[in-house]
Amino acid sequence: MNVTAIKDLLYKMADDLLIIGHRNSEWTGLGPILEEDIAFSSMAQDKIGQAGALFEILHELGEGEPDTVAFMRDANKMHCSQFVELPNGEYDFSIMRHFLFDHADQLRFEMLANSSFEPLAQVAKKIKGELKYHVFHANTWVVKLGNGSEESKARMQTALNESWNYALGMFEAGDFEKELQSENIFKGEEALKTRWMANITPFIEKANLKIPDQSTWEPILGGRKGYHTDYLQKLVEEMGEVFRLDPTAQW
Amino acid sequence: MFTEKEIWTALEVVKDPEIPTLSMVDMGIITKVEVRGESNVYVEMTPTFTGCPALKMMENMVAERLKEIGIETIEVKTTFDTPWNSNKLTERGLLCLKKHGLAPPPKHEGEITMELLEHCICPHCGSINTEMKTPFGPTLCRSMHYCHDCLQAFEQFKPVV
Repeated sequence: MNVTAIKDLLYKMADDLLIIGHRNSEWTGLGPILEEDIAFSSMAQDKIGQAGALFEILHELGEGEPDTVAFMRDANKMHCSQFVELPNGEYDFSIMRHFLFDHADQLRFEMLANSSFEPLAQVAKKIKGELKYHVFHANTWVVKLGNGSEESKARMQTALNESWNYALGMFEAGDFEKELQSENIFKGEEALKTRWMANITPFIEKANLKIPDQSTWEPILGGRKGYHTDYLQKLVEEMGEVFRLDPTAQW
Repeated sequence: MFTEKEIWTALEVVKDPEIPTLSMVDMGIITKVEVRGESNVYVEMTPTFTGCPALKMMENMVAERLKEIGIETIEVKTTFDTPWNSNKLTERGLLCLKKHGLAPPPKHEGEITMELLEHCICPHCGSINTEMKTPFGPTLCRSMHYCHDCLQAFEQFKPVV
């Protein structure tokens, strides 16, 4: 097994979940209605827990303690896509990102449930079922808001337009696509993107929204290689603030 | 020396910290018991949800119970070797949930659909004239519903594949 390739894959997945999980948690106490407050808080808890399970596998492969790895790295050492680090913005953007991200992530774990790397396959079997609920939630709101008032429809279309190139950046090819595929560890970002398009399109149509014209597609890349927006460093500092005060403290 | 069956029976008194009518055995989260020698027991557990915050506490509760019956060497490990899904709840477990006022999860065929989530049976009056308000609730394993017949809100222990 190509351990370097596996680690690369695990890091980007874990970082996506950790960062989107923290962004979700920023809605705690601020959700537009109580149920939505609870929904984003629950998804935050799920995602950070799932990130923890992946950091645990990395630890078994020789990487640092999960807490240390999660809270002590600076932005340039993180492998999340730039999409997940963007600030929450308003509810329209948060829901749209949630929709685009969770469809991709749920499919990713579905594909990984058959991975030849057994520890990841086991965790993926569990996580794909949990993410189903996140996807249900996102679908409901995208369709509801897309068919709501003129304002909600316009806001959702703007959110989709602004998200799109960042969303395409989620599928940035890694350095080990070939190795992962030839060893049946992961079918690769391109295969994932194709499935993602097929899954999101019917919901976008149901919401009466339009995917931006293909001539404008320009995936925003770099996140997987440690290039990020300035938002990420601020976020990791805030996230790790307490842990960094005394990394040896017992909780 | 204890038999494995005796250990399983002893663990039946260890309850879910959030649902005190439900034992961890009936919940289906204890996946393996091994008697490794005189006074040496190994137990494997698996979480209902990956992000379940009660996990460490539950490991400790299992270890405490084994200590109580006189086991000296105890190892409790959490793994995903046999991942949990809601079909693993025992019949007694489903009844315990109902007694606690929670709608038990319907049996699934390996796929969770919107249809399965809507119209779950109201644990108060038995009606199916209910609607799901949100797939998220006070804990990761519960969703929130409303019954149009007895006009009460209730929670369901979510079906999970």
